Amino acid sequence: MSAFDSPEQRAASGTGYFASLSRWNIFEILFWLALAGLYFWPHADLVLMSQIFIWGLFAMSLDVLLGYRGIPSLGHAAFFGIGAYVAGYCGKFGWTEPISALVLAMLVAAGVGWLTGKLVQRVAGVALLMVTLGLNLILYDLVHRSTEITGGDDGLQGIVIDPVLGLFRFDIFGRTAFWYALIVTFVLFVATRAIIKSPFGLALTGARENSRRMIMLGAPVEGDVSRAFALAAALAGAAGALLTQTTQFVAPSSLSFQRSADVLVILIIGGAGRLYGGFIGALIFLFLRDWLAAISPVYWYFWIGLLLVLVVSFFRKGILPTIEDFYTRWRGRRGAP
Amino acid sequence: MTQMPASADLVLETRDMHMAFGGLVIFERMNFSLRRGERHAIIGPNGAGKTTFVSLVTGLLKPKSGAVMFEGRDVTRLSPQERVKAGMVRTFQINSLFRALNPLESVVLALLEREGKAHLSLRHVAAEKSLIGEAMELLHQFGLDRDAYALTEALPYGKQRLLEIVLALALRPKLLLLDEPAAGLSTQQGHEVFARLAHLPQETTILFIEHDMNLVFSYADVVSVFAAGALVLSDTPENVRKSPRVREVYLGN
Repeated sequence: MSAFDSPEQRAASGTGYFASLSRWNIFEILFWLALAGLYFWPHADLVLMSQIFIWGLFAMSLDVLLGYRGIPSLGHAAFFGIGAYVAGYCGKFGWTEPISALVLAMLVAAGVGWLTGKLVQRVAGVALLMVTLGLNLILYDLVHRSTEITGGDDGLQGIVIDPVLGLFRFDIFGRTAFWYALIVTFVLFVATRAIIKSPFGLALTGARENSRRMIMLGAPVEGDVSRAFALAAALAGAAGALLTQTTQFVAPSSLSFQRSADVLVILIIGGAGRLYGGFIGALIFLFLRDWLAAISPVYWYFWIGLLLVLVVSFFRKGILPTIEDFYTRWRGRRGAP
Repeated sequence: MTQMPASADLVLETRDMHMAFGGLVIFERMNFSLRRGERHAIIGPNGAGKTTFVSLVTGLLKPKSGAVMFEGRDVTRLSPQERVKAGMVRTFQINSLFRALNPLESVVLALLEREGKAHLSLRHVAAEKSLIGEAMELLHQFGLDRDAYALTEALPYGKQRLLEIVLALALRPKLLLLDEPAAGLSTQQGHEVFARLAHLPQETTILFIEHDMNLVFSYADVVSVFAAGALVLSDTPENVRKSPRVREVYLGN
């Protein structure tokens, strides 16, 4: 008897396949438990940990565009910065409840992302890099120069953030920041994972693989680009809002080109198209930066540059996909299913 | 007025369609028509404009002037997607597949797009049980069900060619345009592909470009000959075979 003998068996086999794609595996569960466990690490630098979650979420937002839809962006910090400033203005002008301010930051960033998607849906390749970079630079300069409104280089002062749920005050040790950033990141990860495993995620991957064929399937390829941008921008905006809320401060560096480049480096080091690559990349990038900055504060980009060159030369697809390939081959050799 | 019943039965018509790339004229004035249920072959030497014709009809290219009529409606201004939704579906001469997806995912994707169910949501694909079942049945009909989970780019060429057709059929086309479906296949495989196509419901109109004359004369009931951007002749296979003009332009002697 084969699993393909009757229509019922074939349908069950197909449904089982798709169900297996969205099932949580043991590595995923261990990964999130390990992140939570970092809290209990002796002398853990909780502020650094929160930064890792925020950068991981930010890199995951770029992964939606680059890894799943195949759209590169050199201006992704624009959305991060929009989220950061929206959360900042909320805290400055009396909207001090953090969760609703975070949601507002996501909505504003999503709106700008959607418009960006409309603007770039007909360009591709190098032109796309230039347009996204250009938008980022324009926004940076606007924020940087409007000193009266944004505080310019000094950043936005006087941001007040209420305790989370009215209970957990943001403390100087970063305990609340750790859990707040981790839980928000996890909730958004779960939602993004569901979207990626949904028909929309399949359509994004299809358009990455062959957009001409998607057109000939009648797919709304251009509208999907806008929707992917809106989704990615909302997630990046959430990361930006988390940074503002956990530090009670926001400066133009939150939407600098440097940040756009850093998030791309993080995603490429970790590996695009896996959702987890951004988190792996953020762990490596921030630990390394922390460690190297202690040794030689001026030259640490030298080492990051070297790491990037080595990873791209020897891992090509990034660290996570390479490990996955090794694991799959190892299991195959052992004759596991 | 005697033309009316005949034209009501036309699935596809091009009226004085003019096409040029820069100064290079592909079609001066192309007038072509296709009746419902026909198995219609387009033949002609390389550079006759056959693939360009299919791209103009399906909207990947826009004509410089003239009109494309589909089921009596002017679709010249419609996007390729709108034409697909109206029932006009094509395959490609060079496989145009989703290399990193497997056949099941590819066909399910086609079905989700047909049903307009690929919008932003948190519902996972496994919830679409009936579409997944339909996809598996389509793959089964073309002997691809056992390859459902293999990476498309790892499939042998002949199976990729079949998947190319399955993706088009998944959309339930009224008009199926096949650009050299048997290209790169052995004679035997080519006949297998066409034997399967012959089993499609009679109301599905099929227009295909083909170089293999055995396949053309075995499976077409009308043959159109393109040469140098003009329709030389459109007739039954027997008449085309006998035509001295066709011999002249096509065989070049």
